[in-house]
Amino acid sequence: MRRSLIADASVTFLFHGIIVVSLYLLFVGHNQPGGGFVGGLVAGSALALKFVVGGAASVRSAVRVPPWVILGAGLVVASVTALVPVLLGHAVLDHAAFEWKLPLLGKVKATTALPFDIGVYLVVVGLSLTALEAFGDDAESQEAEA
Amino acid sequence: MTALVVLPILLPLLGAGLSILIGRRALGQRTLSVAVLATIVTLAAVLLVRVDRDGPVVVQAGGWPAPFGISLVADRFAAIMVLVSSAMLLAVMLYAIGQGGVERERVGFHPVYLVLGAGVCLAFLTGDLFTLYVAFEVMLVASYVLITMGGRADQIRAGMTYVVISLIASALFVVALAFVYSATGTINMADLAGKMAELSPGVRTGLSLLLLAVFGVKAALFPLFFWLPDSYPTAPGPVTAIFAGLLTKVGVYAIIRSQLLLFPPDTFPGGLLLVVAGLTMAIGVFGALAQDDVKRILSFHIVSQIGYMVMGLGLYTLAGLAGAVFYIVHHIVVKTALFLMAGLIERRGGSSRLREVGGFVRSAPVLALLFALPALSLAGLPPFSGFVAKFALVQAAIGESQWPILVVSLAVSLLTMLSMTKIWAGVFWYDADDTLVREPDPNERLGGPPLMVFATAAVVLVSVAVMVAAAPLYALAERTAADLLNPAGYVEAVLGTGAGGGAP
Repeated sequence: MRRSLIADASVTFLFHGIIVVSLYLLFVGHNQPGGGFVGGLVAGSALALKFVVGGAASVRSAVRVPPWVILGAGLVVASVTALVPVLLGHAVLDHAAFEWKLPLLGKVKATTALPFDIGVYLVVVGLSLTALEAFGDDAESQEAEA
Repeated sequence: MTALVVLPILLPLLGAGLSILIGRRALGQRTLSVAVLATIVTLAAVLLVRVDRDGPVVVQAGGWPAPFGISLVADRFAAIMVLVSSAMLLAVMLYAIGQGGVERERVGFHPVYLVLGAGVCLAFLTGDLFTLYVAFEVMLVASYVLITMGGRADQIRAGMTYVVISLIASALFVVALAFVYSATGTINMADLAGKMAELSPGVRTGLSLLLLAVFGVKAALFPLFFWLPDSYPTAPGPVTAIFAGLLTKVGVYAIIRSQLLLFPPDTFPGGLLLVVAGLTMAIGVFGALAQDDVKRILSFHIVSQIGYMVMGLGLYTLAGLAGAVFYIVHHIVVKTALFLMAGLIERRGGSSRLREVGGFVRSAPVLALLFALPALSLAGLPPFSGFVAKFALVQAAIGESQWPILVVSLAVSLLTMLSMTKIWAGVFWYDADDTLVREPDPNERLGGPPLMVFATAAVVLVSVAVMVAAAPLYALAERTAADLLNPAGYVEAVLGTGAGGGAP
């Protein structure tokens, strides 16, 4: 595959920025637009950019964990978070809110909806990675044939 | 109490996640899947008993009260469907484990199968239209993977049809949701029940027909059935069985639920439903007569049988609906059994074409028996459960003096008998016309691996149990039908004060 220098450099430049934005979206999700799904999609798009310029190998080097492990872990985290309130006698998906005063950050509010969002984030990232993995293997085998 | 409604949806999802993490350890995956599904069957049985005794159970997710939050509602109809479906999911899982094949070769089978189960349970238990859409999507995403599992060219081709049709139906569903929301400002089904009545009859009819078309694609109603006989037979055996047993019935459930709960009786499209039901029955059965492959014959019969359920709804009487509910229960069990049987035939004979297999009645008498019982039941011979179901529908049709649909339904019954006889003659009674594709293994005295035969026998036993317990089951179906015709109880359970499931 011929690599384009400009695309290569700009993706290297953008990748971490996009991941930070995706994490931002994940954490503000409870009260503002965002959330696990949107955050996961943004992170997935960053990985897709990596895939476009560097192929499956560069995606694998960016995320060392196998995609299905991320997918499975996300599914477990999200469903356990949904189940815990039921076991405590509340409604499913019910959540509690906490507020802390942290140094530097000031007042921080977190809800137990966050783990659920993290689970969803992991599922979406895992799914994108699985898809890229599937595409990547095809492209390489075609290259080998040519 | 509320856990009973939530667990059938969340446990399979949790199981799917764990199953992915377990990965290639086959024993772990199998134990997990069977344990999860067996737990759900137990929970669903308890739920049905409770709901039948104490009325609908409502859970408001996150403690947000209806109509703003997501409501999960288990009334009699939903609880019956969850119980029957989860029992079939468990039996087919055991069958898949016994078969090996796709279950052993593809590490993704167990997680995807559990996700399918979660989608089916969510579709039955949800109390709002958007969550119903989500449930359909969860189910479809899983079914896309399952239907092409194996990766053969013909599976991908058939899978394409299925994916395209499902995507179009889903897009139409979202459009319908947008219309419903813009007309009424809510998508909570109980809330809609009240708000729909305030709309002008024209708008209401439009929305009702749009939803009927959307669910009609899923349920494979005439004229939207063409995708089904094309895509089901190519999937791996256990996958075809669970699709045949459950997926179209989720569509029928959605039709019955939406038409009866959302829309007031004055715009009920009863005449249209009866015409569609008659055509669905007739076209399905004629299609089946033209086939010479066990799986394709049975696939066309799915279409034909859907007609009977819609007929019960179209009659719009207590007897008709009770018949439809009973018919759905009978049909899910019998159809799953027949498709599991088709998988055994294909495994033993190397083919499911009638010309290429034969003589099973001598070489595998157990299989012959396990086919004969559900086949006779499907055709509606007394004393099987199919007879009870059809008798109830026929009686309801006589009660309403709907002669055309009565004649069609009886004629289709006869033709169903004819095509079951064709399978019996081709596979079991006579020797193969052409040379056998594969000489059956004489050491398999049961006719297949013990676990596969056992799972099939279990489903056949359930269908016999439906026959034996027909009287109490029909009484339950009548109570369910009474609930469906008078949705006030459902609405009050969801919207009424104190309905929140342990909300803070």
